[in-house]
Amino acid sequence: MTALEVLAAVCLLLGSGLALLSGVGIVRLPDVFARMHAATKPATLGLVLVCIGVACVDTSLADITKLVLVVVLQFLTAPVGAHMVGRASYRIGGLLDPDTVIDESDV
Amino acid sequence: MSTVTLVCLVLVSIGALLTTVRLVIGPSVADRVVATDLLLTLLTMGAGILSARTGTGTYLIVMVVIAVLGFLGTAMVARFIEGRGP
Repeated sequence: MTALEVLAAVCLLLGSGLALLSGVGIVRLPDVFARMHAATKPATLGLVLVCIGVACVDTSLADITKLVLVVVLQFLTAPVGAHMVGRASYRIGGLLDPDTVIDESDV
Repeated sequence: MSTVTLVCLVLVSIGALLTTVRLVIGPSVADRVVATDLLLTLLTMGAGILSARTGTGTYLIVMVVIAVLGFLGTAMVARFIEGRGP
C-alpha cells in the first residue's frame, strides 16, 4: 500500500466509526436534543473524512470537484437544517427529558 | 483496500440499522425527522465508500443529489411540525 492508500483507509475507517457511534447515540440518548447532538456529528465531520478518503483513491479532477461540492453543500445545509429541527421541537414543547437540569431558553 | 472498504460498509450499515430502530420506535415526529436526516447522511457516506471500493466515480453524483434533497426534506418537515405540534 502506498502512503495515499493508507491515508484513505484511515479516513474511511474514522468516518465509518463516527457513523456507528452516531447510530449508538441516537438509540441510547434520552431526548430529541441529545439525539440531535449525536446525529449532527457524522453529518459534517464524518462526511468530510469519507470525502477525503475517496479523494485519495479517486484522483481525477471531475471526481474531486463533485466531492468538494458535496462537502460545501453539506456544510451550508446541515447546521441550518439542525437549527430548524431544534427550534421546531423546542417550540412544540414537552420534548425535554424530565432529568434536564437547566433550560436556558425558558424565560 | 477492498477489506478496509468492506469493514467501513459494515460499520455504516450497523449505524443505519440502529438509526432505523429509532425511526420506528421514536416517540415524536421530531425524533423521526432527526433519524431520517441521519439515515440520509449515512446513505451519502455509503455511496462514497462504495465509490472508493469500486474505483469509479459513478456514485459521486448520487452524493450531491442526496445532500440537496435531504436538506429540502428536513426543512420542510421542520416547518410542518412547528405549525402542527408533536
